[in-house]
Amino acid sequence: MNVPNGRRVAIISGCRTPFAKAGTVFRDIPAVELARHAARELIARTAVDPELVDQVIFGQVVPSVLVPNVAREVALLPQFPRTVPAYSLNRACASSAQAIADGFEQIRNGLADVVVAGGVESLSDVPILHSKRFAALLVEASRAKSPWQRLRILAKTRLRDLVPVTPAIAEPSTGETMGQNAEKMAKENGISREAQDRFAVRSHHLAAAGHADGRLAAEIAPYFLPPDYERIETSDNGVRADTSLEQVATLKPVFDRKYGTVTAANSSPLTDGAAAVLLMSEDRARALGYRPLAFIRSYAVAAVDPGEQLLMGPAFAVPKALDRAGINWKELGLVEMHEAFASQVLSNIQAFESKRFAEEKLGRTRAVGEVNWDTLNVMGGSISIGHPFGATGARIATTLANEMARRDVPFGLISICAQGGMGFAMVLERR
Amino acid sequence: MPAFTVEMDGAIAVVVFDLPGESVNKFSRAVKDEIAALIGQLRNDATVRGVVLMSGKKDTFIAGADIEEFVAAKTEAAFRTLSREGQKFLDELEAFPKPIVVAIHGACLGGGLELSLACHYRIASNHRKTVLALPEVQLGLIPGAGGCNRLPRLIGLRAALDMILTGKNIRADRALRIGLVDEVVSPAILRSVAVKTAAMLAESPVTRKPRGHWFLDRTRPGRALVFSQARKQVLRQTRGNYPAPLAAIEAVRFSLRHGLSRGLEHEAELFAKMAVTDVSRNLVNIFFATTALKKDPGVPPPAPEPLPVARLAVLGAGFMGAGIAVTAAEQAGVTVRMKDADLARVGKGLKAVSDVIQERLRKRSIDRREAARRIAMISGGVDYDSIRNADLVVEAVFEDLEIKRTVLRETEAVVRPECIFASNTSTIPIARIAEAAARPENVVGMHFFSPVHRMPLLEVIAAARTAPRTVVTAVAFGRSMGKTVIVVRDCPGFFINRILAPYINETGHLVMEGTPLEDLDRAMTAWGFPVGPVTLLDEVGLDVAAKAGKVMLEAFGERLRPAIRIDALVSDGRLGRKNGRGFYRYEKGRKAGIDAAVYGLLGVAKASGSGSEAVAERLSLAMLNEAARALEEGVIRSPRDGDIGAIYGIGFPPFKGGPFRLMDALGAEAVVAALERLASRHGPRFAPAQVLVDHARNGRHFYGD
Repeated sequence: MNVPNGRRVAIISGCRTPFAKAGTVFRDIPAVELARHAARELIARTAVDPELVDQVIFGQVVPSVLVPNVAREVALLPQFPRTVPAYSLNRACASSAQAIADGFEQIRNGLADVVVAGGVESLSDVPILHSKRFAALLVEASRAKSPWQRLRILAKTRLRDLVPVTPAIAEPSTGETMGQNAEKMAKENGISREAQDRFAVRSHHLAAAGHADGRLAAEIAPYFLPPDYERIETSDNGVRADTSLEQVATLKPVFDRKYGTVTAANSSPLTDGAAAVLLMSEDRARALGYRPLAFIRSYAVAAVDPGEQLLMGPAFAVPKALDRAGINWKELGLVEMHEAFASQVLSNIQAFESKRFAEEKLGRTRAVGEVNWDTLNVMGGSISIGHPFGATGARIATTLANEMARRDVPFGLISICAQGGMGFAMVLERR
Repeated sequence: MPAFTVEMDGAIAVVVFDLPGESVNKFSRAVKDEIAALIGQLRNDATVRGVVLMSGKKDTFIAGADIEEFVAAKTEAAFRTLSREGQKFLDELEAFPKPIVVAIHGACLGGGLELSLACHYRIASNHRKTVLALPEVQLGLIPGAGGCNRLPRLIGLRAALDMILTGKNIRADRALRIGLVDEVVSPAILRSVAVKTAAMLAESPVTRKPRGHWFLDRTRPGRALVFSQARKQVLRQTRGNYPAPLAAIEAVRFSLRHGLSRGLEHEAELFAKMAVTDVSRNLVNIFFATTALKKDPGVPPPAPEPLPVARLAVLGAGFMGAGIAVTAAEQAGVTVRMKDADLARVGKGLKAVSDVIQERLRKRSIDRREAARRIAMISGGVDYDSIRNADLVVEAVFEDLEIKRTVLRETEAVVRPECIFASNTSTIPIARIAEAAARPENVVGMHFFSPVHRMPLLEVIAAARTAPRTVVTAVAFGRSMGKTVIVVRDCPGFFINRILAPYINETGHLVMEGTPLEDLDRAMTAWGFPVGPVTLLDEVGLDVAAKAGKVMLEAFGERLRPAIRIDALVSDGRLGRKNGRGFYRYEKGRKAGIDAAVYGLLGVAKASGSGSEAVAERLSLAMLNEAARALEEGVIRSPRDGDIGAIYGIGFPPFKGGPFRLMDALGAEAVVAALERLASRHGPRFAPAQVLVDHARNGRHFYGD
């Protein structure tokens, strides 16, 4: 997809908050603060002149009703001039990947030179809604002409109207939750409990190693917790170095208690966190003396029927992105797959490696590629590190770009499944 | 060029005050004569039905009287005339047959407010620059153009005394609440509302309900109670050193008792009396010196332009570093990165930053959003990468030459070549630190005082190799942090700690002679210091004082040999206020009396008191003599800098005008005689500075001859 006259887009650096299980250390920190922290640290660490930033793009899946455009609040950090435009977007779990893709498009087409792209999620800070009937009564009461009238309207409230509505992670079109569908995928694709558990344990051990040797720590901006600033979060609290196959095997399946295989241990946890990357046109990066970690070569998005296998989007998006990049799977030196569920990762890998899937679903004669386990999710993934929906894409891009620079590999792949049956893939290159 | 222009808006004459060639409007005799003539014309102009008075300056209304002109009057009679003339004009204004509406945008101070009080209706803009105040007492004066008379009648006795006795700024919203103004509107519609209101008042004049408490503010016994309370409070706060607040209370009391006409006469009497006091002279001189310092670039001409500072880095997130960070963010509006060696220390620094901001939130001087914005301006970490685009780096790391040199080298390795490196050392010569520098021309001292967000002084230290541009940038940035800045030469103790050293040392001698510790504090607070030397030592920290004592001994030899072993107290775990144990005992962070155990630790027997005046003489002369030495050696550039430094840096009593003003008032001859007497009794450390001896011989003064 190298458009004529398109400009190359560099990933200069990435930075994120620690990822924390929802309801733990970031319980009292609003999402907007997490997002601002990641962006402020990115600015500090790259020492980029904030005056040069043309656009701030942030992804968020469940925005607060009080801060509907979180990106603008990030751009209104005192470190930025007040004049940096910003927007927030939602492509479900691929939101911050999409923010990076948007930044890529704008820079490539000459509409911007420097973009801060990121994402945030706080599942400790989700909006709780009133019931429809109660909300309607409140609106009606607010329009009342007299206190008496207001009281009469509110008197119509019934006890069950007061039960709040909490948002579920269910597909609006099918009513099925993501976990239920992951369970369905495990069964239909024949992914065993043991394979899932083994993958989950691998994720934890690799993430723990990444923390221990400082590679993951390097991308984390320590979070000083107000009001005392004594507690300082420096790592992801979901990672368990000491976990084992035996331990994981003891967990009961969540979505099908009798015949199921998907457990809390082989799924990604609800997580709070934010991540951001700094994108620049190649020319600007060179002029400012930056040494880019990687360049964005291509990306692609695909969607499947959410009623079928909901999380198979990557199996369709990845070959598209590789085609657009003009490379083969074999040329990939590193692959980062978002781990929503072990069953989902393994199902997609199965599809990548399947000649039949390629023929039937992709209209190709050969399988997309064979996974090299030495280069897949080399520092774990969402199961261990955690998965703040809106932040995961930028987290993965950061991890991948850093590791590509360390290993000096020519190509790397990002693959993310997203709610609504969508899949997102992006190819990074180094040259 | 006239200061006033008139534009007709319908039947309303809009009078705009725009003093030519000045950045702010000031009241002077010429200005008064001009507007008096103008008002006279408007009186006789039948087409004019009302008047609006406003300012043509951007963000000030009237900043007060022209003080240069004011000081030209010398005698009590001249000041009385000045006051009476002003009062007479404002009486005419008040009696003007057509409504006068004053539209206030920006600072409305002193004579500007008194003018507004004489008008018939006051509208203020709801802009943050709009403040109203009667700051006369801060110059040792009282409002002398009717302020003591009209204000209590408008807003009630207690509210009026509060304004007159403190001189504090009243913002528009509060001015409306207390009745100081009649309306508050957006600056965009200030003029049009004023014009409309003037037209309306031409039809029906305004009536106001009396303000204040029915008993305290409006009955004779109630007022008597208020006056006696106010007097007591003033005496407690001023220790009788400042006569103006008492005179102001008397002016208000007389006015409410005897009516406006006699009240004004009495106000003028008291005003004139105050104007010729030494206290007022000294306070006015401080005002001039401070104003002059604000325009002083810090180096001899031609001074280069200061470099812009938008991003500050602070190395060392201790109490000092955090104080510098938060003050720079709040006052200078720069974003700040704090760096320290480990995250826990950075966290402590962020907490100290947050404490300062939370305190403002608690006192409601800022709102929640502003607090969040300020906190977001300051971030912290342990990496040098994040400071590499800083325009200015201030180090506030541990007071150790090698550590400071290391930090300097590490900083120079990452920052841009034009980045300035400032050391907040209080004892180490800047040149010694700069020996490690690749770019010594960029190295300067910025010596802040703790707590940084409260202490108004900054010493900028120009080392031998510091470039003038570096000095002016440090001075300009310090000023943008709201500090009064003096530039001093690079030498041990710079100026402030230099003059403190013999003062503290002499305190030690007095202690060793058995002087009760509380007597020392009492003597010096009576002399006018906000705290005595023993309390000061506890505040500074005994460990810090011990270390400073060694540095000064090393630099200046025998005359500054510490008389007491503060070390003995430090090794007893006494660090002063910060750990709740020092010369004093502390209970719940409050001073709870001298700790008698200290005498034992120092090996002295407490004697009976040695007389407050004798104590004060020894301590104050030790400091004055050292100040003279510092001037002689060129540590400070002028007596002005020395006076301002001592007043803002250590709370030298302002009513005495500063060490040099005081020595001038005493006369060099008397100072030398007293020093020689002390030298013969207590030793050669009291030997008078050469400059004093010379001045005594030639009958010269530090100022003005």
